[in-house]
Amino acid sequence: MSPPPTSPPDVTVRQPFIEPGHTFESVTDKIGAIVLDQGVRRGWLIGFTISFALLMLLLFALTNLVAQGIGIWGINVPVAWGFDIVNFVWWIGIGHAGTLISAILLLLRQQWRTSINRFAEAMTLFAVACAGIYPIAHLGRPWLAYWLFPYPNTMGMWPNFRSPLVWDVFAVSTYATVSFMFWFVGLIPDLATLRDRSESRVGRFIYGMLAMGWRGSALHWHRYETAYLLLAGLSTPLVVSVHTIVSFDFAVSVVPGWHATIFPPYFVAGAIYAGFAMVLTLAIPLRRYYGLQDFITLRHLDNMARVMLATGLVVAYGYMMETFVAWYSASNYEAFMVTNRFFGPYNKLYWALIFCNVIAPQVLWFKKLRLHQGWLFLTSIIVSIGMWLERYIIIVVSLHRDFLPSSWGMYAGTRWDWATFVGTMGLFMSLLFLFIRFLPMISIFEMRTMVPDAKVDEDAHAGGAH
Amino acid sequence: MSDPTNPTTPTPALDLEQVRTELASARGRHYWRSLDELANRPGFDALMAREFPRQAPGLLDAVDRRQFMQLMGASLALAGLSACTRQPAETIMPYVKAPEDIIPGRPLYFATAMPIGGIGTGLLVESHMGRPTKIEGNPDHPSSLGATDAFAQASVLGLYDPDRSQVISSAGEIRPWSAFTAALDQALAAQTASGGAGLRILTDNITSPTLAGQIAALLTKYPNSHWHQWDPIARDSARLGARMALGVDADVRYRFVDADVVVALDADFLGSGPAQVRNLRDFSVRRKPGGSMNRLYAVESSPTVTGARADHRMAVKASAVEFFAWALAGQLGVAPQKPKNVPPEYAKWIAALAKDLMAHRGRSIVVPGDHQSPGVHALAHALNIALGNVGKTVICTEPVAAQPVYSMASLKELVAAMAAGQVDVLLMLGTNPVATAPADLDFAARLEKVGFRAHLGLYDDETAQLCHWHIPEAHYLESWGDVRSEEGTISIIQPLIAPLYDGKSVLEVMAAANGRPQSGYDLVRAFWGDKRKAAGDFDRWWRTTLHDGLIPDTALAPKAIGVRSNWIDTIIQNHDGKQDDTEGLELVYRLDSGVLDGRFANNGWLQEAPRPITKLTWDNAALISPATARRLKLQNEDVVELTHRGRKLEVPVWIVPGNADDSITLALGYGRKRAGRVGDGVGVDANLIRTSDAAWIAAGVTLAKTPRTYPLATTQEHHSMEGRHLVREATLAEYTHEPAFARELVEEPAKDMTMYPPHPYEGAAWGMTIDLASCVGCNACVIACNAENNIPVVGKEQVAAGREMQWIRIDRYFEGEETNPTIVHQPVPCMQCENAPCEVVCPVNATVHSSEGLNDMVYNRCVGTKYCSNNCPYKVRRFNFFKYQDWTTESLKLARNPDVTVRSYGVMEKCTYCVQRISQARIVSRREDRDVRDGEVVTACAQACPAGSIVFGDLNDPESRVAKTKADARNYSLLGDLNTRPRTTYLASVRNPNPELES
Repeated sequence: MSPPPTSPPDVTVRQPFIEPGHTFESVTDKIGAIVLDQGVRRGWLIGFTISFALLMLLLFALTNLVAQGIGIWGINVPVAWGFDIVNFVWWIGIGHAGTLISAILLLLRQQWRTSINRFAEAMTLFAVACAGIYPIAHLGRPWLAYWLFPYPNTMGMWPNFRSPLVWDVFAVSTYATVSFMFWFVGLIPDLATLRDRSESRVGRFIYGMLAMGWRGSALHWHRYETAYLLLAGLSTPLVVSVHTIVSFDFAVSVVPGWHATIFPPYFVAGAIYAGFAMVLTLAIPLRRYYGLQDFITLRHLDNMARVMLATGLVVAYGYMMETFVAWYSASNYEAFMVTNRFFGPYNKLYWALIFCNVIAPQVLWFKKLRLHQGWLFLTSIIVSIGMWLERYIIIVVSLHRDFLPSSWGMYAGTRWDWATFVGTMGLFMSLLFLFIRFLPMISIFEMRTMVPDAKVDEDAHAGGAH
Repeated sequence: MSDPTNPTTPTPALDLEQVRTELASARGRHYWRSLDELANRPGFDALMAREFPRQAPGLLDAVDRRQFMQLMGASLALAGLSACTRQPAETIMPYVKAPEDIIPGRPLYFATAMPIGGIGTGLLVESHMGRPTKIEGNPDHPSSLGATDAFAQASVLGLYDPDRSQVISSAGEIRPWSAFTAALDQALAAQTASGGAGLRILTDNITSPTLAGQIAALLTKYPNSHWHQWDPIARDSARLGARMALGVDADVRYRFVDADVVVALDADFLGSGPAQVRNLRDFSVRRKPGGSMNRLYAVESSPTVTGARADHRMAVKASAVEFFAWALAGQLGVAPQKPKNVPPEYAKWIAALAKDLMAHRGRSIVVPGDHQSPGVHALAHALNIALGNVGKTVICTEPVAAQPVYSMASLKELVAAMAAGQVDVLLMLGTNPVATAPADLDFAARLEKVGFRAHLGLYDDETAQLCHWHIPEAHYLESWGDVRSEEGTISIIQPLIAPLYDGKSVLEVMAAANGRPQSGYDLVRAFWGDKRKAAGDFDRWWRTTLHDGLIPDTALAPKAIGVRSNWIDTIIQNHDGKQDDTEGLELVYRLDSGVLDGRFANNGWLQEAPRPITKLTWDNAALISPATARRLKLQNEDVVELTHRGRKLEVPVWIVPGNADDSITLALGYGRKRAGRVGDGVGVDANLIRTSDAAWIAAGVTLAKTPRTYPLATTQEHHSMEGRHLVREATLAEYTHEPAFARELVEEPAKDMTMYPPHPYEGAAWGMTIDLASCVGCNACVIACNAENNIPVVGKEQVAAGREMQWIRIDRYFEGEETNPTIVHQPVPCMQCENAPCEVVCPVNATVHSSEGLNDMVYNRCVGTKYCSNNCPYKVRRFNFFKYQDWTTESLKLARNPDVTVRSYGVMEKCTYCVQRISQARIVSRREDRDVRDGEVVTACAQACPAGSIVFGDLNDPESRVAKTKADARNYSLLGDLNTRPRTTYLASVRNPNPELES
């Protein structure tokens, strides 16, 4: 592990996305070694143990949920959605960066995506897995969740296609499927590398199976590139569609604070914002622990910070417009909703949200702070918290005081809500730890195209998987 | 297998009896193993030979395998069969001749009456295959007129309460009835010599002629014995007030139909008392702004439903009401002298009020509150006489009680006699004095001195625990009896079901005490047979009476009254020129609108029904005004220690706008120790601090704040309408000027502003209106809905978590200044929107629109996303967060309406407009090849409503009542601006304030 840079180096705009001095061999060695040679490291073991313990907490919480009923959560009437949907939207939002980095940046030929796309995609998948738990677990009768799918059945019943929840089912399941395909297809050449370099029989067998007979022939590469590009094209609309449809869960309803036309772009921006914050939260410690500063350079961090700043401003604009429209609509209920956010019983959370999502990220205007890993890490954590608060404000604070004051109520998560939330973090982290231990967290073959040699003598070396 | 023919093999004897016992003790799989073992046992073949000689030779011969198996199988089977234990002979029989009128699946209705505190309300009870499930009012009965109060609605749950006392017990042992009668005979035999000097009977208020006859017989047999009556809900002040002003006992009834001006002197005549249903029905007739609307003035300490409905309400301390009444009497010249120092805020009110009363002589009523002082009652009598109301709007009659007593004095006499050791035998019938007597009487300790203590009660309660004998009382739905209503009409109480637990009625116990134990049926029939001897054809009369639910022309006749001389002297002495009793805090005890005096403490429906003004459930609290709370630095749920004459009580505080300052109101009936699993330990027992001389209003109470808080469960946390036009209200003048004022307030989207053609509703289109001008928020509809729709009780914690399940709730808002707010009530069932927001968002089509415009909820299909609830602007949907329904208690299963699905965990539910009743009516109408008639479908809430505020019917029928109420100018939609187009709409409230007091 190389020591962290003590002071930000002078990063020029055109600094390369890979530190100088790397060859094809050194790239493959460096990334492959994390999986093949380093074995189980102590830090990894401690981290995985904690994450796995939290995953067991999730199992316990969910078992108890099914055994006792969702009454163990804090939801009630009027606040019938609480932590469940807050966390669902939060996790789905986090899952956005992966696809954006993989697909859109690929199509836009943003080369800097190369070193972060693999684990950003993995993170997406794991976040979607976490998110997927909530819509099922929050049902009164989760064992009947399959009724949301349109399948031929003896009841002669179809789902209600007017309901955004049905759209959600399609949006999220499509997103999960395509994200997985994209991630897995991208892994194939690297899996072949691992197969070839693995010294254990088991390793060779498993990586060999997963590599699906990849030999690195020109034909393979040709088909691979086509498939990858097609998948990128498929994924691109999904970046927009998933969170748009998630936002319809709210925008289609009549609840003041939900019923807003700005929701789709505002939610998508928020999702990318949260997603990049999470990528940064993970990348900063990872590159340090595994000594990957050469591949995930400060320029990467700088770029991601800029995306965060930009999307953060879109989100801030969203907050502004919500308030403006509440006034402009001249609707008593809308105006009350905003007043209630500002000064109601949950106002502390609202102002914390404004701090986290609007004020704190403004430090990213300063290059010095963008390149300071400590600041960046802190900001990304603050944004993650802010985005969670945003969903809490939208869902809980809108519901708790809607139309008839007689029905107004209060909501607070119970320990079971928290256990489930922390438990999904355990699931997320467990999967992530397994991922960095057993799969190359940076795309080896793509990194090799970044090595200066690749530019010089592209034809002679391209596509070789040694 | 041993060879039975071989004599050298000793074969142990095996006989059929032995086999039988052996097999009888084996069960299931073990049974079949026993059979195998048996077949291999030595001696089996001998047995076979003995039992089945014809098959035996085959066994003895060498047999082939196949034949052997056949024989063996048959033999084993036969042996097994004959080994079965014989069942006791219980003959079951199909209906060879079906009982008349019973059609499975169709309910029958029987007339009966429910006594509370000895006063009956005529009822019709719905019975499904022999089990009563739903109470309705008897339209022919003068104290019901087809409606009921919440207590009657909830009594069906009381019948099936699994915590009811189920066995006769003595010293913790279960004993037979004969053992009790023997013990009673023995105890009474010892009293014969002294003429019953040591014999006392304690009952609640008794109006039953048959029972009165039984008691009279006992009193004749033991001339020195005493009959005491203690009824915690007895109207002692009314009794004493009548004696004070008139010098005689008299009961008072009011004809609100004929009254233009009503003055309530701390009287909650619309929300409590035996005449509440009739009062509310009569009163509501005069709250229609189209007709001649009455005007109600209320002077009260803590807001009641009556005060909330009043056109003018003034909050004064309960102890100041007498002074107020005196000042009013002085103003009208009824009292010989006026009080001095009348505060200016009273003076203005009283001047206007007196003027209004004088303008409506003979068409006004002054109603004194039951818990007010006798002086207030005396003043009310004098005022009503002076205003010429008596005989017109105020009817005085002989008391309806068989023997009118001053209940508290009667109890005190008994306690004194017990303390003096003069009581040897005490029969406490249908009363629970240990829990209900004020603390200073120390009833429990004095009771210990009685040699023979027997208690008859529905529950094994606080009193039962201290008695030698406890006998379970038969519920009124399972016993024979008779009872008089508050205006005297006699009803025969006929049982709907045989006693579930071998309970006995008071009548049957009295008959046993008289030495002639008989069934209730025989007793009642014999009494009335005797009475009707001269009229002849008793059977016919009996059947008619039972069918109609009342004996006609038994209402008490009006009686002439006049004021005594010097009646006002005591009042003047009492006050000595002072406005009220004390400068400090007063404590007012009130009967609870849920549990009354505690007798309904174990009834979950009533415990969970939000109290009309406070919206509290599952607890009582010290109600105080906002100003008093500020002065004493108190907040809701703070626990305070109340001290009165050295007795202390810790109780949580609840702040009620409109409460009089320096007045604390505390409901009786809580803090029960042996009420049952539901009622034990709910709230605090006000009787621990209450004294018999200050039974309703205690002056000189001190209050100390403690550092503790106690969580209270309320169903409504927010009390302001936030400037939204939810309950729309106008004065009569404004209404006359603009009858459609309610619709002017909010602009609703035009119905044709849509791309889609309007949905045609062919056939029926169900709709409902709720008249907010007459609704007082009494909870009858809430409990009726509970009973009709199998709605579970969720308990205090779940209510506090916001998960109550009632399908119809009554919203209550305070508007205006907190010292004297306007209080409005608004019942909110499902609105059955035509553009229902819930329907669009359900992903599985579990809530869909019916062809008749109902918003149907399909429980089977619901997966529980709760999205519909979030999207319901009215928040009328209720979710089963847990398995709330009790699926295991057998007796509760009997209580359920078989026409309504019992919902389980994880599904949404809500008001259905009683779709089961609609279906029933549709089936009947189709069989008769006609449309459903108007009034044929009545929802449970509409049926129970004493004010007749809820009207339901077919909107497509222009002649239907609901079509007419919808056409009323006052009709408006709640949140109509959302374009939900609710089928349930409201008729705006109108009040009729006195222009002179409008400032």
